[in-house]
Amino acid sequence: MAELTAPDVDIAGATAGSPPPRRTRGEIAKRGLSSPWASLVAVILAVVWTIPTAGLLITSFRPAVDINKTGWWTVFTNPDFTLDNYKQVLDTSQTTSLTPYLINSIVITIPAVLLPILLACLAAYAFAWTSFKGRNVLFVAVFALQVVPIQVTLLPLLTLYVKLNLNGTFWAIWLSHTMFGLPLAIFLLHNFMREIPNELIEAARVDGAGHVTIFFRMMLPMLKPALAAFGIYQFLWVWNDLLVALTFAGPGTATAPMTKFLFDLTGSRGTAWYLLSAGAFISMVIPVVVFLCLQRYFVRGLLAGSVKG
Amino acid sequence: MELAPKLLDMVWAILIFGAVIAVILGLASFYENRGGRRVGWWFIGPALALLAVGLVYPALKTVWNSFRDAGGGKFVGIDNYTQIFTNSDELVVLRNTVLWTLVTPFVATAIGMIYAILVDRAKGEAVAKALIFLPMAISLVGASIIWKFMYDYKDPAGGTAKHPTQQIGFLNQVLVWLHLDPVNFLLNSPQNTFWLIVVMIWIQAGFAMTILSASIKAIPADIVEAARLDGVGAFQMFRFVTFPSIRPAVVVVLTTIAIACLKVFDIVRTMTGGNFDTNVIANEFYSQTFSAANQGLGAALAVVLFVLVVPIIIYNVRQLRASEAR
Repeated sequence: MAELTAPDVDIAGATAGSPPPRRTRGEIAKRGLSSPWASLVAVILAVVWTIPTAGLLITSFRPAVDINKTGWWTVFTNPDFTLDNYKQVLDTSQTTSLTPYLINSIVITIPAVLLPILLACLAAYAFAWTSFKGRNVLFVAVFALQVVPIQVTLLPLLTLYVKLNLNGTFWAIWLSHTMFGLPLAIFLLHNFMREIPNELIEAARVDGAGHVTIFFRMMLPMLKPALAAFGIYQFLWVWNDLLVALTFAGPGTATAPMTKFLFDLTGSRGTAWYLLSAGAFISMVIPVVVFLCLQRYFVRGLLAGSVKG
Repeated sequence: MELAPKLLDMVWAILIFGAVIAVILGLASFYENRGGRRVGWWFIGPALALLAVGLVYPALKTVWNSFRDAGGGKFVGIDNYTQIFTNSDELVVLRNTVLWTLVTPFVATAIGMIYAILVDRAKGEAVAKALIFLPMAISLVGASIIWKFMYDYKDPAGGTAKHPTQQIGFLNQVLVWLHLDPVNFLLNSPQNTFWLIVVMIWIQAGFAMTILSASIKAIPADIVEAARLDGVGAFQMFRFVTFPSIRPAVVVVLTTIAIACLKVFDIVRTMTGGNFDTNVIANEFYSQTFSAANQGLGAALAVVLFVLVVPIIIYNVRQLRASEAR
């Protein structure tokens, strides 16, 4: 199996100490490219890309009566801001409250990230460092499972959950995300594990360490970057998921995450922009913060996980 | 407040799960100490069991169902597939999916590539890239809400001379500023599919930019310097040096975005619900399976999606490997 580890790319070029001091091709090429026109195009693109988000963000701080009467750009000439939209959307006494769904999102996401990581670590270890009959065939099979679109599995899984009385519980969502995340997780972690020098493992074996000991004492600590890469990828995937939530979440506030709440709100109250804008931004805060803090690991997972879903 | 019981549920779930794994590993350790050789099975067992129940069995069941009627009972041969490729509504679904898969990757990749080249080593590169990349971090539902607001349309006929209707959607306001009539973006077919595609481009350009930017930075400095000494201009530099060097990455980015587009669901579901001729396979699958209770057709649509995705993924993986073998 060829290694499929993406280069440790850095999205924003922000890692400390990344620019090499030598004369790089970038500096040389810069003279040719950083014409005023090039800068202008870059700035225009950046502005165009930011306007949609900025518009809704500004809207979320405007009084509800203003939002449907005038555009958000009028705040520059006629500023009037309020926190009422956020207060209302978080107020648990309201029927349009986002708070229960926010809690559900958190309750869904933590196990849905931890479970596949743990299971995949074990499986990846066995694939990488133990030998048994049929190992390679099984590994290729697990790798190939990455191509299965989750649509193919939804209805039979739902029927199964109904039979097992799991439907509408958090277990249905946790297990689904775990199953869907496993092939990528096993594959990613396996590749990282194979990079650990053979001698290290052999030495430990000679010293009499069993596989369970090696796994916990040696593998897990060395795997941190890989765990972070998959963890953040799976986190964003689960947190932002709509399809699994629509299919398996119970009615009302029981188990549905924020994405389902926002989806329902667009359907039922599509012009309630004061609720939609504030709700949307609450749902975005956590992934954006996580992303900005851990972006280095994220890109690695992103590239490797590009076929998932 | 139902916070406490839910969090407690979660903690219990994690503990139960941890306990199960601990028992399995304990048994594995015991077995290994007794001289057992195939300890690997204990490690893989739990994952394989879940994959078998959660992916393999459902996938086979879906293929099976795709040859059966709406209720999943009677065998109907390839009727469901025939319907997908002959029924006029289903043909619109296929047409839209093809549009999504062809238009989005090229536009998003082109924009991402241009931007990556423009901001490469420029002042404020980090911030400039973060602005384009942030849409990747938010949910597709969130992105759909953002753009639904951009496309918002108010009928100008609804206002009076004294209080003319004011557009609150930015794009329609731009049209008004340009003295054009506002447009109901999401209603008019077939342009509306393109307005939905714009949302995906907005998201995926950041992905393209990120991967390509890393690839551009990996071009060896001496190649560029040699070209520079030969006196090539900026455009020639792109055509003969930059683009050939990042070509494998470009292919990976194109195919990756194409896969995402084949499976696009959230944007269509949230913005139009698949109405007004904007339907795509993944959304039609969901509607047929869970709303129209037509299991057979839903299963067939899922299988079609599967069959369409596989060749692109195989190509993608091969390219990814080739680009890393360099």
